Amino acid sequence: MSNAPATPSRKLTDAETRLAEIFATQQSAGAPQLATLRTAAFDAFSKTGLPNRHDEAWKYTDLRALLRDVKPLAAPPEESAAQSMRDAAVLTGVAARRIVFVGGYFVPTLSDLGDLEKGLSVMSLSEALAKGDAATTALLGKVGKVDDPAFALNTAFMGEGVVIRIGAGRCVERPIQLVFVAGEQPATYFLRSLIVVEKGARATLIESFEGATTQEYHVNAATEVVLEEGATLERLKISREGGAAMHVSTFVASLAANARLSDFGLNLGGALLRNQSFVSLNGQGAHAGVRGANILKNKEHADATLFLDHAAERSESKALFKSVLEDSSQAVFQGKILVRPGAQKTDARMMARALLLSEGAQANCKPELEIFADDVQCAHGSTVGALDENLVFYLMARGIGRIEAEALLTEAFIGEAIDAVENRSVREALAALVAERLRARK
Amino acid sequence: MTALLEIRNLKAEIAGKQILNGYDLTVKAGEVHAIMGPNGSGKSTLSYVLSGRPGYTITEGQALLAGADLSQMSVDERAAAGLFLAFQYPLEVPGVATMTFLRAAVNAQRKKRGEEEMSSPDLIKSVKEIAKILDMDMEMLRRPVNVGFSGGEKKRAETLQMMLLQPKLCILDETDSGLDIDALKVVSNGVNQLRSKDRGIVVITHYQRLLDYITPDVVHVQSAGRIVRTGGKELALELEETGYASYQSEAA
Repeated sequence: MSNAPATPSRKLTDAETRLAEIFATQQSAGAPQLATLRTAAFDAFSKTGLPNRHDEAWKYTDLRALLRDVKPLAAPPEESAAQSMRDAAVLTGVAARRIVFVGGYFVPTLSDLGDLEKGLSVMSLSEALAKGDAATTALLGKVGKVDDPAFALNTAFMGEGVVIRIGAGRCVERPIQLVFVAGEQPATYFLRSLIVVEKGARATLIESFEGATTQEYHVNAATEVVLEEGATLERLKISREGGAAMHVSTFVASLAANARLSDFGLNLGGALLRNQSFVSLNGQGAHAGVRGANILKNKEHADATLFLDHAAERSESKALFKSVLEDSSQAVFQGKILVRPGAQKTDARMMARALLLSEGAQANCKPELEIFADDVQCAHGSTVGALDENLVFYLMARGIGRIEAEALLTEAFIGEAIDAVENRSVREALAALVAERLRARK
Repeated sequence: MTALLEIRNLKAEIAGKQILNGYDLTVKAGEVHAIMGPNGSGKSTLSYVLSGRPGYTITEGQALLAGADLSQMSVDERAAAGLFLAFQYPLEVPGVATMTFLRAAVNAQRKKRGEEEMSSPDLIKSVKEIAKILDMDMEMLRRPVNVGFSGGEKKRAETLQMMLLQPKLCILDETDSGLDIDALKVVSNGVNQLRSKDRGIVVITHYQRLLDYITPDVVHVQSAGRIVRTGGKELALELEETGYASYQSEAA
């Protein structure tokens, strides 16, 4: 096979073998440089194979062991099946511009691409690739220097997603919501999006991942974001995958001077959720708020792995991750802050807190600081604990039942991360999702 | 007529240590009882046993609220049945807005009693009226429950909850501790407004001072986990003179 790994010192897993087979037979659409990009990505993947627990970045999420097989690439959904997802992931009170994908395919009839605001351009990834859109191919996979096997796989197989550009100085008020709904059948989805927010422009992007099926399916999603000088993006990612789903997502962002990123991810379901973020603060005064919340049950496993790369003076990052864990669910937080030489006056703060609601739940936190500048402020912390029974008693002594008392206290715990969401209607919708989820316990 | 609170030979322990030691107390509707006693005599324990705090176990005897066995009810059921404990040290609940908390409490109780929920405008109106009586700034109520409140503010907030929830039986656990004289008057005024022929109030305190403002019908002296003497309001004045020393030796 032409795509065999360069150093096959170990036997490939079934999943790795299957990936190589699929890659060898896939028809690469688009410009020749795209085929080169895909091949280079698959070669890079083949050198390491699926990441396992010996890879520090994947220490707590051994994908090689967990990914036992590879589901087939998704076939286009039936029109009726696509139409039935009309109301998927609707956020109450948020008048978002919805762009809907069902089973990995763009559904124009469910998507609102009319009356685009001035300066906003939206294209499906497949369309951009088919056209050989030069601006797209120039950026795909090159927004950051990310050396990661899951991201490499995404580049090798990327199928559908969006390419969004917001023109210089434009403020797009209406949130843009990408809705990715899984199909009924077991499948693998490779989703890829590219967002460019030009100089001084602003936008709000929501990525919703939903799956109603109990079948096992695999999502490998990646979003690359370029924030030019003074650009602002608020990004929300909401994952409510099916109970047997595996979801691996890579977020790559590059921030120029005075750019501002506010990122919040909410994980409400999925057997395995891995969210890895690579955020580079390349320009002076760039600011990144990276936050997340997990509410997990059963044996769900959510891994947030963060790399905050401070490469310029006066750059700031604030990371805050909260986990609420029931049953034997597990949360992983790995956060690395790198302050490069010369990135003086960096202000980086990172905090991970977990609330264990049952004896069997587990939280792993691993912060890392690597600092090569001498005038910086960096701090990290983590806590793991149970609900304060004294507070539960206080609320119950006022007549509030245990479930509601625990829900109120848990909402307050998660609330600190949600409160930082700047768009009010989105913040309220997220709080409502959390409230609903916490009252669905037991 | 059934007594509002009937405690018969109640024995209770915490972590295997017996604190209540054959407690008897009857409070009828319309009465205000004061329970006085030295530190360590189990006054707070009594309030926790009645409200159902985890860790406090009844080993013998009974406590009945309007004829219903409290030991058979969860903490929230006791509250819905009309028991209210004003905490000696009210807790701060970060991240939970005061109005959210009050709405949850009022409506959880109403729901358990099969009553209609209170609408938000009605709730806000009631809270405003009570806050006025207690000389509380509504701005305080926009904060999370008790967070950043002074000791006096917390006691006012407890009193506000009590006035809003309109319980059948109020137990005030050392409500006077940490209060300056002005706050004491305001809080007492709130408690006095709750005095009614349908309601019982039990005031637990070390000092006679609070009883200058909330005049009790009956005064009890508690020592070593039970009531050792009962009298009228003049008993409180007598205790102010003599202290608790004689009761401690009597119990020993």
